[in-house]
Amino acid sequence: MARVIVSRRPEAARRAAGGNGHLASPPGFGDRDGPGWGAEPSPVATARVGLWILLVAVTMLFIAFTVSYLSRRSAPDWTPVPLPGILWVNTAVLLASSGVLEWTRRTHRAHQGDALRRGLMLAGGLGLLFLIGQIAAWRALDAAGVFMSSSPHSAFFYLLTGVHGLHLLGGLGGLGYALSRSSRPAPARQPVPAPESQPAPASGGQTVPAAEGATLFWHFLSALWVYVLILISI
Amino acid sequence: MDAATAHAEAHTEHELSFWRKYIFSTDHKIIGIQYALTSMFMAVLGGFLAMFVRLQLGWPGRQWPILGSLFPGGMPGGEMTQAFYLSSVTMHGTIMIFFVLTTLLTGGFGNFLIPLQIGARDMAFPFLNALSYWLYPPAIIVLLASFFVSGGAAGGGWTSYAPLSALPQAAPGSGMGQTLWLVSLAILIVAFLLGSLNYITTVLQLRTRGMSMLRLPLTIWALFLTSILSLLAFPVLLAASIMLLFDRMGGTSFFVPAGLIVGTVPVDHAGGNPLLWQHLFWFLGHPEVYVLILPPMGMVSDILANNARKPIFGYRFMVASLASITFLSFLVWGHHMYTSGMHPLLGTAFMTTTLIIAVPSAIKTFNWLATLWRAKIRFTSAMLFTLGFLSLFVTGGLTGIMLGQPPVDIYLQDTFFVVAHFHFVMGLAAIFASFAGTYYWFPKMFGRMMSERLGKWHFWLSFPAAYLTFFPMHYAGLMGMMRRIYSPALYAHLQGLQPINIVVSIGAFILFSAQFIFLYNFFRSTRRGPKAERNPWGATTLEWQAPSPPPHGNWGAHLPVVHRWAYEYSTPGMADDFIPQTQPSGVPVGAGTGDGEGAHRGGDGTHGDGRARSG
Repeated sequence: MARVIVSRRPEAARRAAGGNGHLASPPGFGDRDGPGWGAEPSPVATARVGLWILLVAVTMLFIAFTVSYLSRRSAPDWTPVPLPGILWVNTAVLLASSGVLEWTRRTHRAHQGDALRRGLMLAGGLGLLFLIGQIAAWRALDAAGVFMSSSPHSAFFYLLTGVHGLHLLGGLGGLGYALSRSSRPAPARQPVPAPESQPAPASGGQTVPAAEGATLFWHFLSALWVYVLILISI
Repeated sequence: MDAATAHAEAHTEHELSFWRKYIFSTDHKIIGIQYALTSMFMAVLGGFLAMFVRLQLGWPGRQWPILGSLFPGGMPGGEMTQAFYLSSVTMHGTIMIFFVLTTLLTGGFGNFLIPLQIGARDMAFPFLNALSYWLYPPAIIVLLASFFVSGGAAGGGWTSYAPLSALPQAAPGSGMGQTLWLVSLAILIVAFLLGSLNYITTVLQLRTRGMSMLRLPLTIWALFLTSILSLLAFPVLLAASIMLLFDRMGGTSFFVPAGLIVGTVPVDHAGGNPLLWQHLFWFLGHPEVYVLILPPMGMVSDILANNARKPIFGYRFMVASLASITFLSFLVWGHHMYTSGMHPLLGTAFMTTTLIIAVPSAIKTFNWLATLWRAKIRFTSAMLFTLGFLSLFVTGGLTGIMLGQPPVDIYLQDTFFVVAHFHFVMGLAAIFASFAGTYYWFPKMFGRMMSERLGKWHFWLSFPAAYLTFFPMHYAGLMGMMRRIYSPALYAHLQGLQPINIVVSIGAFILFSAQFIFLYNFFRSTRRGPKAERNPWGATTLEWQAPSPPPHGNWGAHLPVVHRWAYEYSTPGMADDFIPQTQPSGVPVGAGTGDGEGAHRGGDGTHGDGRARSG
């Protein structure tokens, strides 16, 4: 089959003519006809990407608080408020809960269901204890006559512990979700979209990812708390 | 298997109740349309408030008895109160920026187009997507409720500078209205963050086979980078809003300095820094204007290439310039604060970054012009609004270079010159691109064509009216007319400007009225428009390979496979003047006839032209 190409763009014409009648894309855009990066993504990988993006957003929130804190702290009227000692206990409790989750994450394959559930419940319980401890810290400050409006330092203390606590409530929700996925085998739900792009999870298939996601978020919150504590202590 | 899947789909679709299908839907297309319709409602409201503003500035002190009886609170006796005027200015800006353009461009177009253009069945997290939309109406309700509380809606401007916004007793508009403003914005920010998270994940993870990043249409690149911007910038405004709420309700002093006196009463707060609010606000605020202009840049690139029947000029430069604008937009916020007493060296640094950001913007403009060069342009409504976008963006961009320099900005800060600048570059350009996008993708959204005749009327009334409204504002600003003032008649040096103000107001009324042609066309066409075929514009991108409108799940049994980039228009030697991204190879001229002669340069536009006229 003869083809005659008259073009004002010889480069394009040359490309179009080449390759067995197979029209080539401009150089660089062809990028081979193989699968794109996300041609057949697993829902687990997708959820993990989403979770990391969430962590970026929360990090930006606390960067904004940090910048405000540092700029406010340099003002001449800054007077530090002695922080209640229970914060150190709370910190230990939160780190312990992270440790439990990490241990569970590393060993659950051997023990499967029960150990996973126990680990999630223990970590959640410790998380709840941490929140109660934070409220106790607020009450201790309150009893000492240090309120939100007392000083810039106390204002930041209430602000940062409050916002962190709200995120921790979200983390508890995540643990609860992972627990609910682990206690009943996930029904083999057939989603409307054809399984080609978003395959339905195998029975119980989301147990581990849900627990892993919740664990990642929980570790992040533990690290965030250590960061907040250092920020408001120094 | 095909039949089985198709049957399963049909079955599932049948099973969904009206509520699940159209109201609490998790289908990205429905959510996109929900976002778009709600944004349109808010746009009418925001435009209506602008008319109040122009009424007051055109004829300050005049009594309008009819309006007085309609709005006894804001216009007792027919004359606008100062508080109502300031609320109108504030709410116009807030609504247009956050509740119209951000929601329409990323929520509306983003939702509808991202999965369709990358070949996915839906967003990565459909439930979060629905949640994102369903946070929007509560945010609107809280915002609009502020009109009916004591003191009226917030009156401190869309930037809500402290301490005016931090002290409830500072002014009527600083009361409950300001609190509701902050709460409403916080809700909407959460909606934006959920949306951004979803869009980024979807583009990264759900691209179909063959859709490499460098085969993405520029619309998707723009929406992807916009989502990254939102994700990084909006948390900062959320933090600032929380701190401002603490100042207002918890007695803290993040933003309130010492020694303030309201009326005769000393203020209790001390030690805060109002400039901190400005820094935090503009760290979001400047990226926010790119949240409003990047998606239009992407959309017009695609519409331009389609209607010029030519590949977009400099695709890689387009992607690189979008990315560099995204990066640079985080380094320029200080140019909003030249007059805040910042160190001149810092001002110079911000000036430098600001002028640098003009470079990628100029690259885009030249690439658009080069795409038009020697093109056989189809002047569809979508194309007219795209060309309108180019004109408005350049007009506004040029004044941006002036304002980016501290010596000029110190003179022009807070004048109508600035108002003219940002309305051109951000308001008008973004809204014109949205119109272009609507005319272009309406067939895919609703399966029907909009009227081209009404679309052209819409354009030819809107475009001159836009210039009539906003161009004279430059002169008013150069003559020293301050923005947000209640009455120019109160200042001797502004009284000579009244003819300009009247012209601007008349232009604004024409501009606003012309939009009802669009609304009529839009809603009439959803029911009465001629049926749209699959690919009425002869376009290459994936969404045009799906039925109009696409079914739930978009693609039937098989996802599309991508073989080429998105701009295969008028490829020499090919019979058609476009080759869809899904097509493995083009059909050469004369193929099948055995006649190799008569080959010509594609691009006679017959495909597109013939079909486009069905509207």
